[in-house]
Amino acid sequence: MAMIELINVSKNLGGKQVLDHMGLTVEEGETKVIIGRSGVGKSVTLKHIVRLLEPDEGNVRVEGRDVLALHGRELNELHMEIGLVFQGGALFDSLTVGENVGFILREHMNMAQSEIDKRVKESLALVGLYDVELYMPADLSGGMKKRVALARAICTRPKIILYDEPTTGVDPITADAINQLIDELHDKLKVTSIVVTHDMRSAYKVADRIAMLYEGKIIAEGTPDEIRYSHNPYVHQFITGAAHGPITDGQNSVSTNAG
Amino acid sequence: MFLLRKTFYMALGAKVLSLVHFIGGIVSLGLQAVVLIPARPLGGGRIFEQAKKVGVDSLPIVALVSFFIGVILALQTAYIMQKMSSEIYIASIVAVSLTRELGPVITALIVAGRSGAGITAELGTMAVTEQVDALVTLGSNPIKYLVVPRFLSMTFMLPILTLFANAIGIFGGYLIGVYHLSIRSSLYMNMTFGTLVYKDLFTGLVKTIVFGMIIALVACYEGLNVRGGAEGVGKATTMSVVNTFIMIIAADCFFTALFYFFVK
Ligand SMILES: Nc1ncnc2c1ncn2[C@@H]1O[C@H](COP(=O)(O)OP(=O)(O)OP(=O)(O)O)[C@@H](O)[C@H]1O
Ligand SMILES: [Mg+2]
Repeated sequence: MAMIELINVSKNLGGKQVLDHMGLTVEEGETKVIIGRSGVGKSVTLKHIVRLLEPDEGNVRVEGRDVLALHGRELNELHMEIGLVFQGGALFDSLTVGENVGFILREHMNMAQSEIDKRVKESLALVGLYDVELYMPADLSGGMKKRVALARAICTRPKIILYDEPTTGVDPITADAINQLIDELHDKLKVTSIVVTHDMRSAYKVADRIAMLYEGKIIAEGTPDEIRYSHNPYVHQFITGAAHGPITDGQNSVSTNAG
Repeated sequence: MFLLRKTFYMALGAKVLSLVHFIGGIVSLGLQAVVLIPARPLGGGRIFEQAKKVGVDSLPIVALVSFFIGVILALQTAYIMQKMSSEIYIASIVAVSLTRELGPVITALIVAGRSGAGITAELGTMAVTEQVDALVTLGSNPIKYLVVPRFLSMTFMLPILTLFANAIGIFGGYLIGVYHLSIRSSLYMNMTFGTLVYKDLFTGLVKTIVFGMIIALVACYEGLNVRGGAEGVGKATTMSVVNTFIMIIAADCFFTALFYFFVK
């Protein structure tokens, strides 16, 4: 069954057509990696799935439910099923790390404090953090914030996890640990996930399928190997990280911009 | 000439539209907040925390300012009353003008500048760092979680602060009256509380409740609607204070007229 479906989604933001009749399907238990240049609309895509943004046109479905038709309680329930790791972490800076991670448990579930503490500890351990519950987010390094955000998203064991660049800004060892965590959640808990990333190493490692977003559409999709050996010139330029190619030709690259 | 007039009317139209939009936004935020008050989880801890921030932390500055206002009022009225040898009325004038007008307005302006600006900066920062979005994805309604506690605590704490300000202001006037103008202490007290009627206190406090709502709603509205990073937060904070001041004075004028004509 398709767990997440974006059907013909278009979105104009600030006069720019960010998504243009875009379609994306994620099957149950699948890990889909979305790649694409900065500013192409990857975060915007994720925000449509949890209805932080509503499409101008098109449809969004999660587990067969029309997300745009959900109201009040139903929408809340949807939110509880989906863990979203924000690109910038979006930790509440007035709460401690422990309170951040256990937010849903404390606010929306009738759970004893000792039980919450246990779950928070477990979730933090999963991302490789120990004894940081009493820190304030402002006192953490960038990579630690990212991991706390990850812990917060997985704390309720959601069915769906959306990761917005989970390995950006963390050291290679931690990045690998995060990749492993994504893999484990996929293998053991059968979580359905979307991972947005620029990091091709991480993409190859965690992906069941990789989709590339370009000019508001998914222009290529396939298994890691299909993408790796793709003949599509756009995909090829992106995954090899070449400064020149079809993506940069005919649009303002850094060098032509100056002139 | 024609062109100039046209652009003038267009600019005026845009201003009126944005004002209508602003007022509409404030009213709708207020209605949503009121509807969400009984929603669960109630969040008593957050209300208490905000009440402490608004009330207790504002006490020193409110006390200081209202004390000075009381002293100033007494001295200024003394200037004219001494000419007419009717110093004993100083007590009444200080008491009435504080409870009816100056106490509520000065306290509201202080709290708007202090707590209102703080609320806008805090919520604005949360908005630009996606913390408000994060709240939504964690199943909490930002209006319930952020606006309701601030709205309630502001609406409850401002009247209490105002009562306190009135008392300190009257005390300031008393010091001048008794120790500088040598009015007998018991006479001063009689003139203060003899003239004060229930209506003076009541009209003052009704205004204060409305001021509290205005401060909280404008501050939250400006904060939640911040766009554009740190610069946006700065702008919104300024706008929040300016708009609150204007709305407080406008509401004050409205209520004063209302009470003057209709509450006899
Ligand atoms: N709230 C908004 N208002 C106006 N424009 C927006 C808004 N949010 C995003 N955009 C625009 O939409 C485009 C896509 O943004 P998005 O954040 O999805 O990029 P991205 O693919 O996630 O990039 P990155 O890899 O750098 O995070 C950008 O051009 C951005 O300027
Ligand atoms: Mg992004």
